Amino acid sequence: MYQFVTGPLAWVAFTVFFVGIIVRIVLYIRGLDWQLDRVAYRPHLKYGIKGALRSIFFWLVPFGTQSWRYYKGMTILVFVFHIGLIFTPIFLKGHNIILEERWGFSFPTISERTADLMTIAVIISGFILLLRRIAFPEVRILTTAYDVLIWAIAMAPFITGFVAYHQMGGNYQFWLILHILSGEIMLMAIPFTKLSHFILFFMSRMQLGMDFGIKRGGMKNKGFAW
Amino acid sequence: MPEGILCNKIPCKTKEMLNALLSDKSGKQYYNEMNHLQINTEALAATIKKTLKSRMKTWLEICAHCGMCADSCFLYLANNKDPKQVPSYKIQSTLGEIVRRKGDVDNAFMQMCMDTAWSKCTCCNRCGSFCPFGIDMGVMFGYLRGLCFSQGFVPWELKIGSGMHRIFHAQMDVTTEDWVETCEWMAEEYEEDWPGLKIPVDVQNADIMYTVNAREPKHYPEDLAEAAILFHIAGENWTVPSEGWEETSLAMFAGDWEACKIQVNTVYDAMRRLKPKRMVVTECGHAYRATVIEGPYWAGLKDGKTPVPSFHYVEWVAEALRTGKLKIDPSKKIKEPVTYQDSCNYIRNAGLADCAREIMSYIAEDFREMTPCREHNFCCGGGGGFNGLGRYREQRNIGLKIKRDQILATEAKLVIAPCHNCWDAIRDLEEIFKVGIRWSFLKPLLLKMVVVPEHLKPPEE
Repeated sequence: MYQFVTGPLAWVAFTVFFVGIIVRIVLYIRGLDWQLDRVAYRPHLKYGIKGALRSIFFWLVPFGTQSWRYYKGMTILVFVFHIGLIFTPIFLKGHNIILEERWGFSFPTISERTADLMTIAVIISGFILLLRRIAFPEVRILTTAYDVLIWAIAMAPFITGFVAYHQMGGNYQFWLILHILSGEIMLMAIPFTKLSHFILFFMSRMQLGMDFGIKRGGMKNKGFAW
Repeated sequence: MPEGILCNKIPCKTKEMLNALLSDKSGKQYYNEMNHLQINTEALAATIKKTLKSRMKTWLEICAHCGMCADSCFLYLANNKDPKQVPSYKIQSTLGEIVRRKGDVDNAFMQMCMDTAWSKCTCCNRCGSFCPFGIDMGVMFGYLRGLCFSQGFVPWELKIGSGMHRIFHAQMDVTTEDWVETCEWMAEEYEEDWPGLKIPVDVQNADIMYTVNAREPKHYPEDLAEAAILFHIAGENWTVPSEGWEETSLAMFAGDWEACKIQVNTVYDAMRRLKPKRMVVTECGHAYRATVIEGPYWAGLKDGKTPVPSFHYVEWVAEALRTGKLKIDPSKKIKEPVTYQDSCNYIRNAGLADCAREIMSYIAEDFREMTPCREHNFCCGGGGGFNGLGRYREQRNIGLKIKRDQILATEAKLVIAPCHNCWDAIRDLEEIFKVGIRWSFLKPLLLKMVVVPEHLKPPEE
């Protein structure tokens, strides 16, 4: 079982993930329409690129936009959650050992202590984000079962990973396989679900940045004050 | 397929139809007929398939339902944070649902969509600047309005409004003759005080082609005279077109894209005919948005630009003050605290916040910014057609509370609002809440404080 989930299934998961996000990028860009979107993308590409980069950059910086500054608590939650979610698995020692073994390359690693803290941070911020959905009427009204499912898909690898690493669940092998499976499910879910915001965040921000950069003022001022 | 006599899927294209609509007091019969209007679900599905592309599809799909758009919306805040006013909820429960059901919706649903699109969103686009994913719900509501219009679900006043554009090429029944006569009348009326004052009609190759909002010739012709006097003092070589002088677009508020195109093409034709160096439009926000920002796309101009460079009035004023074409008498600057209403249409959605501040630095001694301000200011409360819709009067009035509180917090009693919609909304909020504020366009204020060169003064008696 371990051989299967770290072997063929891992191949499948990574293939679906990488091909999937490339397809999403291509489909997104092909679906842009200068007249329907009312943005002259091509004739003013320079302004468009400037607007796109600004639009992505400011939103990647904690408190970099007026919205991030307005919702301070949410901003901390979102950044802690996402930084942990993306970087912990990439730089985790255990993962890189397997990478090296199976595919002959690896990334620099973070200490196990750091990884542990980041995992706890993901789990805690994740639960607060879920509580927020229940506690605040303006978020509750938006929340659907699908949102909770997506949340579970994203959280599962961290919870199972944490349990396995600390040998909390009794059967180490069971939790390890569950952890690997849940990670692969998440990777494969990215292109097909709302988790596609992994890449579509950048596409969408790029588009709106181009909109403001080209049409809505970017050619007459320094750029939108995100 | 039952279609009403007044309420149907056919845009108003004839004077007879227009008169029939106008004589239906407050749209009573019109809204009655709307209850029986059938949806052409196939057409709706086909339109969505053809026009809902990756941008909006992605917006609808990836919305994380985080609720960060909530506080961006003045209608959410003004309605005691009613969760049903959260922008994401409003668009997901209307457009999102139409898309999910592939157009298979009923009459009651479409009426709910209409009510939401015109009374719960002014298309100010503030939510778009709050969403981490860049989901601009104002843009989607504009699109939803188009879908509603195509099925005949549009507020009565806006069916009339877009009909006016189709018939008169103006938002009101102002004909070419009416317009040209008003220009002549105003020039004559003020010639005594301003020797040599002219409102030149159809002059080719002028530096500036000036265009207006039909309300000005129809109801406030002095505004046109004031514009003429300021151009006169500034020594501008300017003209107005006899046709294509109207910049506004109730058709845009209505979601009648065909009429939008008809309207902006009249202005672009005037540009091509008169070949001015540039075009300047009066103190109107949505006029600039419609004709300068969105219009080129309706007209199919691939570079997204008007045939000649186009400017909002605040750009011209800022430039005239900067270059000294207009000089302000320092003793006549506004001394009392004064604030500025940022029009969504030319500030947030066209980037002219700095022009407004530059003007204020010349004319005001105690300028007070609202909080928030510039790109992030709230809608006046009456944008996107909201001011003019009887069916939604009450909701509009509730929404005005936010602007009222913003103005009161500045402690200024004077609000400069170089936008017809904002100007109306602020007038109405004073009428309703009686908070003791005054409001003004720029032109009358500038005329009170501008230095008049000796040679332009009337000869001494």
